[in-house]
Amino acid sequence: MADPKPGINFMQGNDACTEGALAAGLKFFAGYPITPSTEIAERLAYRMPEKKGVFLQMEDELACISAIIGASWAGVKAMTTTSGPGFSLMQEGIGYAAMTETPVVVVHVMRGGPSTGQPTIATQADVMQVKWGSHGDYQVIALCPYSVQESYDLTVEAFNLSEKYRVPAILVTDAEIAHMRGRMVIPEKVETVDRKELCDTRKGAAYDIPDDMVPPFMSFGHGHKAFVTGMTHTPEGDIAPEDVDVQEQLVRRLNEKILKNQKDISRYEIVNPDAKKFIIAYGTSALAAKEIATENPHIGLLRLKTLWPLPEEQVLNVAQSAKQILVVEMNMGQIVRGVQRLAGSVGCKSVRFFSKIGGEAPRKSEIMAMLDKMEV
Amino acid sequence: MPVEFEEFFRTERFPHVFCPGCGIGPVMNCFFRAFNNVGLNLTDTVFVGGIGCSSRIPMYINGDMLHTTHGRAIPFATGLKLSNPELKVVIFAGDGDLGAIGGNHLINGCRRNVDLSVICINNNTYGMTGGQTSTTTPHGYLSTTSPAGNPEYPFDLSKLTVAAGANYVARWTVRHVHQLVKSMEKVLTKNGFTFLEVVSTCPTGFGRRNKMGDPSQQLEWLKNISVSKEKIKDEEMDQLDLNMQGLISIGEFVDRNRPSFSDTIHIKEE
Repeated sequence: MADPKPGINFMQGNDACTEGALAAGLKFFAGYPITPSTEIAERLAYRMPEKKGVFLQMEDELACISAIIGASWAGVKAMTTTSGPGFSLMQEGIGYAAMTETPVVVVHVMRGGPSTGQPTIATQADVMQVKWGSHGDYQVIALCPYSVQESYDLTVEAFNLSEKYRVPAILVTDAEIAHMRGRMVIPEKVETVDRKELCDTRKGAAYDIPDDMVPPFMSFGHGHKAFVTGMTHTPEGDIAPEDVDVQEQLVRRLNEKILKNQKDISRYEIVNPDAKKFIIAYGTSALAAKEIATENPHIGLLRLKTLWPLPEEQVLNVAQSAKQILVVEMNMGQIVRGVQRLAGSVGCKSVRFFSKIGGEAPRKSEIMAMLDKMEV
Repeated sequence: MPVEFEEFFRTERFPHVFCPGCGIGPVMNCFFRAFNNVGLNLTDTVFVGGIGCSSRIPMYINGDMLHTTHGRAIPFATGLKLSNPELKVVIFAGDGDLGAIGGNHLINGCRRNVDLSVICINNNTYGMTGGQTSTTTPHGYLSTTSPAGNPEYPFDLSKLTVAAGANYVARWTVRHVHQLVKSMEKVLTKNGFTFLEVVSTCPTGFGRRNKMGDPSQQLEWLKNISVSKEKIKDEEMDQLDLNMQGLISIGEFVDRNRPSFSDTIHIKEE
């Protein structure tokens, strides 16, 4: 297996994600087999040695997330992939990565739950878990592709954002996107971002975040005497688990470094921005919605590519210009709660919800039937 | 050039958290000597801990330090080592970390045979949380969670790691300081996964509840229950494996040179 050629390729979503990770500079992968994510690990078992990187199959998902965090402190880009049950196990490590500001990428291919659920079938029921799964106040960056092309592009973006903000980035896909085969274009040159190391003097947009917001990284083995701990710690690097001020400053900064940079982090697509009826959807639930908006100029679509932090500005814009919003999700109501909160804050009370669970993607006809019932 | 004491430890973080009579002091002392005897330097050595008293040792050593989550020191260290094979990676963790919550990582770490130096300080209890039963608490002994005596039998971590495939396994008590230094030198220099179990004292959490509140009493107890592995008759071994008689064997249990994971995937060649 060699690097896919720039230009048009035909691939499965999981393979596109794999190639995106390699293009972004992946050097260490640890995984555990779980449907529907396994193809990524299988492809990387070939591809990592070719790229002089390390492929590891670990004993469980706790070990996977731990190993990639360790690898990241050696200064390399590291990733793991999983699905529902494995993602639940990884929550401990995701919280640790957030607290220690370790850049890592987790690809979470959602499948029906709770528990073992539907290993081969898509869902969007883990969207809240992606944000809130670990204990404590923390932020992650979560990106959600809706096509094979975006499985490649957003994997690269996940690495870049993770490196820039020193935060765990989660690529949220599902069984549908993962196993979808389609056309994708690999660019001649992929823009990549590497974390800012201590004493780094690189210039550019990726490095202009103030050090007191995102401190420079201290890769091990360079004499920095790095002091990395999941306990409450001071900027100088000492534990201070009983110091209320240190805890408050640390936790506020960990959250604000993401929330105050939403403009830079938010990725989305808008179709028919002047429409009075708007659909808000993401990933698989946006497939039929995109077709509807493309065919009907009076129906708008806000398709979220960034799920967390929720692109509030874009949702507010839609809530102010549209009279009716329909949120389409493959769960019992997760992103819709945030949309309702935001829309309510600007006086837009008409937020409807189309919930499709069971595993099938929402159909055009079902969404159209809902839209027709909504009076403008 | 040997590393001086003041340079080796983060003395600005002293006094440390360990209780009077804790066995971690001798372990740190022995490790400092072994580190200098084999001529390592602090820039190329990283120290990884899990959660618990023993896992706090890396916080007092003046090198790069990764204080991880409970039980996961070995997989963290695995990613670290394989991503920068030039680093010497040393793990300090306790029996709770390695024998209970991280037991799966311990046995798979041995099997995978990555170049890691693991020093397990086994004090028979959960010291940091105040003295609960651990997977190595001897049968019948008291703890805050076994007020009528531990109904279970303990793990023999050394036998476990031999069977799981480690390249080097030894067990001594904190009384055996000379043997500890020698074994630490091997742990620091051999290829592959190396495991040193130090049976230690915890007068505060374990000793007090078992009529050994004075540190010297627990040291005396360790002397009485530890038997050189050469002196153990075959018929006794079966009982000893499960610590059914409350005795522990000490010595080097394996010293072999199976190819390490790095050897097999040839990442050292680049």
